[in-house]
Amino acid sequence: MDTFQETILKLKRYWSDRGAVLQEPHDIEVGAGTNSPETFLRVLGSKPYRVGYVQPSRRTADGRYGENPNRLYKHHQFQLILKPSPDDVLDLYLGSLKAIGIDLEKHDIKLEEDNWEAPTLGAWGVGWQVMLDGLEITQFTYFQQVGGIDLELVPAEITYGLERIVAFLQNVDSIYDIVWAPGVKYGDVRFADELQYSVYNFEMANVDRLWRLLGEHEAECKELLAMYADSPDKRRFPVLPTYDHVLKCSHLFNLLDARGAISVTERVGVIKRVRDLAVGTAKIWTDQQSQEVSA
Amino acid sequence: MSDFLLEIGTEEIPHWMVPGALEQLAKLDLFGATVHVDATSRRLTVWASGVPDRTADSEQVLKGPPLTSGDKAAEGFAKKQGADVSALRKVGNYYELVKRVEGRPVRDILAETLPGFVLGLQWPKTMYWTGGKTGPRFIRPIRWLVALLGSDVIPFEIAGVKTGNVTRGHRILGSSAIPVTTANYEAELRKNGVILSSSERRKKIEAEAMALGANIEPELRETLTFITEWPTAIRGDFHPDYLGLPAEVLTMVMRHHQKYFSVETEPGKLAPHFVAILNTNDDPDGLVKNGNERVLKARFNDARFFWDVDQQKRLADRVDDLAKVTFQAKLGSYKEKTDRTVALVKELGGDADAQRAALLAKCDLVTDMVKEFTDLQGIVGGLYARAQGENEAVASAIYSHYKPLSMEDSIPGTRNGLIVALADKLDTLRGCFKIGLVPTGSKDPFALRRAAQGVVKILVEGKLEYTLDSLVEGELKAFMIERIQHYFREVRGFKWDEVNAVLASGCGTLVDVEARLTALAAVRPTSNFEPLAASFKRTSNILKQANFKPSGPLNVTMLESGPEAELHVAFDAVRAATKGEGYQQALEVVATLRPKLDLFFDKVMVNVPDEQLRANRLTLLHELLTEFSTIADFSEIVTSGEQK
Repeated sequence: MDTFQETILKLKRYWSDRGAVLQEPHDIEVGAGTNSPETFLRVLGSKPYRVGYVQPSRRTADGRYGENPNRLYKHHQFQLILKPSPDDVLDLYLGSLKAIGIDLEKHDIKLEEDNWEAPTLGAWGVGWQVMLDGLEITQFTYFQQVGGIDLELVPAEITYGLERIVAFLQNVDSIYDIVWAPGVKYGDVRFADELQYSVYNFEMANVDRLWRLLGEHEAECKELLAMYADSPDKRRFPVLPTYDHVLKCSHLFNLLDARGAISVTERVGVIKRVRDLAVGTAKIWTDQQSQEVSA
Repeated sequence: MSDFLLEIGTEEIPHWMVPGALEQLAKLDLFGATVHVDATSRRLTVWASGVPDRTADSEQVLKGPPLTSGDKAAEGFAKKQGADVSALRKVGNYYELVKRVEGRPVRDILAETLPGFVLGLQWPKTMYWTGGKTGPRFIRPIRWLVALLGSDVIPFEIAGVKTGNVTRGHRILGSSAIPVTTANYEAELRKNGVILSSSERRKKIEAEAMALGANIEPELRETLTFITEWPTAIRGDFHPDYLGLPAEVLTMVMRHHQKYFSVETEPGKLAPHFVAILNTNDDPDGLVKNGNERVLKARFNDARFFWDVDQQKRLADRVDDLAKVTFQAKLGSYKEKTDRTVALVKELGGDADAQRAALLAKCDLVTDMVKEFTDLQGIVGGLYARAQGENEAVASAIYSHYKPLSMEDSIPGTRNGLIVALADKLDTLRGCFKIGLVPTGSKDPFALRRAAQGVVKILVEGKLEYTLDSLVEGELKAFMIERIQHYFREVRGFKWDEVNAVLASGCGTLVDVEARLTALAAVRPTSNFEPLAASFKRTSNILKQANFKPSGPLNVTMLESGPEAELHVAFDAVRAATKGEGYQQALEVVATLRPKLDLFFDKVMVNVPDEQLRANRLTLLHELLTEFSTIADFSEIVTSGEQK
């Protein structure tokens, strides 16, 4: 039986052997691997790219103080982008399941329609949830639009839910009982996170200050976006730092939401504020890429 | 003559879209051959035998220049058509060429037309996967194509995929490259873990699941038929402790989230088992059973957790939380909707229980259970209300207030339930119409047709005596009348013109509309009825043509003896006889007027020069028409003579 980290290593090895760049997680809070610039920005434009990385993903509202065996404030996704998606993408994916020890001849695999949409990112795609013996283990999406831009090279996004997959492989009922490393359980590594962040997110985060922080990051992002058009050397322009402020805004929005601090009328407005930043950044990134191509 | 086979190999197609695609595929024109279609989750197949190898030769008549335009023009025309000028005929004032069109190999024609046919299939949502946004669109990427006419491959290409004679089997059970012929295609698929026939898969699912005690739900069976290539049923178990959760919740988790059939010990009583349908042929080590049991256990634990957490805050304490949930941007929050619905229930004469139910009806929207299992809205509210000590009248009204969810669904079972369900839907309809959210064509994002249909069903079948005018007005009233017509025609099976005739006499309450329709349909087959309807129509036309408005009562002394006076006597008698009668008896008596009315039209001239006499006759006809049009407007009845 493989440990949590062994399974991750096997996935990385498998995709590394198939031409993927292995990246490390983005170092700013995100809700999903999709938000990392390695996905959100890299899928735009005409450059082929294959990348895989583990992304710790924060779902502030899903925190359960470490008490629910199936729900986490922060879970781990193995995020893979194949741009453009190869013709045998599903065979490759099934191969990755074999590589982590799932004998497909003894299990039941189904692909059930599940389309994906992220309003704060101006993004959508079509695809499936992959069901293994009735358990959703992967989200598979062919992106169609990201940052409000129709994609030139349609990528396949394959998002493995690591805790679920490993709990399945290790045949444990609670995520906290997963063996992370020999002699070390998931709960030993992560329980304190789950408890403390639940307390902070639900009870203690200072709402007024969070609003102010949201405003500050938005202002910084907007200012940068406005400066791009007149910047003399586009290649030097800090598009990536601009995007970090989009992610900060998105995370602060999630925190405020978990605190129940966003009213009905505000909600739609805040989502739009974040989307405008994301769409603006996608636009200047694409422009910057085309400058590089022509340079 | 040859056999034809087309297989479009794709990645997994959303199950609910497959039947619609098959309908379109069946329309493929194979030059008179009978077309067969079928599909699995990842292939769409069309086949036929007896497809001609060539189309027949034919002649085409081409009109040329006028004779007056001279020899040069004629030569030019002939040359352009590749014919000698001597082949031209003179017909009328023009040259004409009869051109022989040679038949063509059907294989060539299909090679040209099939790509457009395949990409022309209509899907509810499509994607592109190659060539950017302007590339081909389909429901999911096309990965292989088999196209055969006899033993020849029909050569074409879609999205970079070339046709051939090689199919693929089941992802796990089969080979990924199987050469086939039109004759062995289905058998080869079967050897490779694919049952092509959807009806065979359906029967396999049903037979195996029933043998394991499954409660077969047709919609789920259809889903599973098209989500699989080789379905196999297995039975799993869960701990009987979970039976303490409401059956509605357990069934919802099994059916909608896990696509399992539930198992009952007796009707309405769940057993601690489920039946899952695999897309493979076996579970040799019991791993699939074990996996599914663990997933279900986690799901049930979630549900139990939600139930326990939700009980910590009563529904009654959640009313204000509804202010945080948007109903519709311009119509405000669910709190505002709740306030309006409560007021409406009061207006409709709902008692204290009905008002209480309306107040609490939407509170389950802010519970964890409904956030997780949205389809259980209303039901969860009802269960919680009962668990929290609300009285049964309140709980059951909350439970059923989304009913009826479809034309097949039942209406709420109590009067309070009916009133709350009615008020909830009416509020949605009124609000949306007020801000211009009116359904157009296939666009109906707020499901207003369903809401309106629900209102009609509740009013009729719940026997609620509200007049239509007291509930709706203006554009919404016109919309409701469409739904009323739809209901009585499509759901209740009344004839098109009967519904028109009854509604033309006014709407009133729908209970009354139903009674009048029933009477009309019962009287319709009697011998006097249709001729009488024809006479009423004639009467109505005469009045219309004369643009007649009565200026005073009928002057009886002016009536001519004979058919006119006799009609009047009969009219009085019928009028007296229908007083206080039920609709059907009244209609039967009215039908007896027929001979007198026929005779009148036969013998008496209405449009006489004497203005006073003419006006009096028109008055007689007008009174008669008005008197007997309160049940139905007979002039709307299409009589056999008029039927197209």
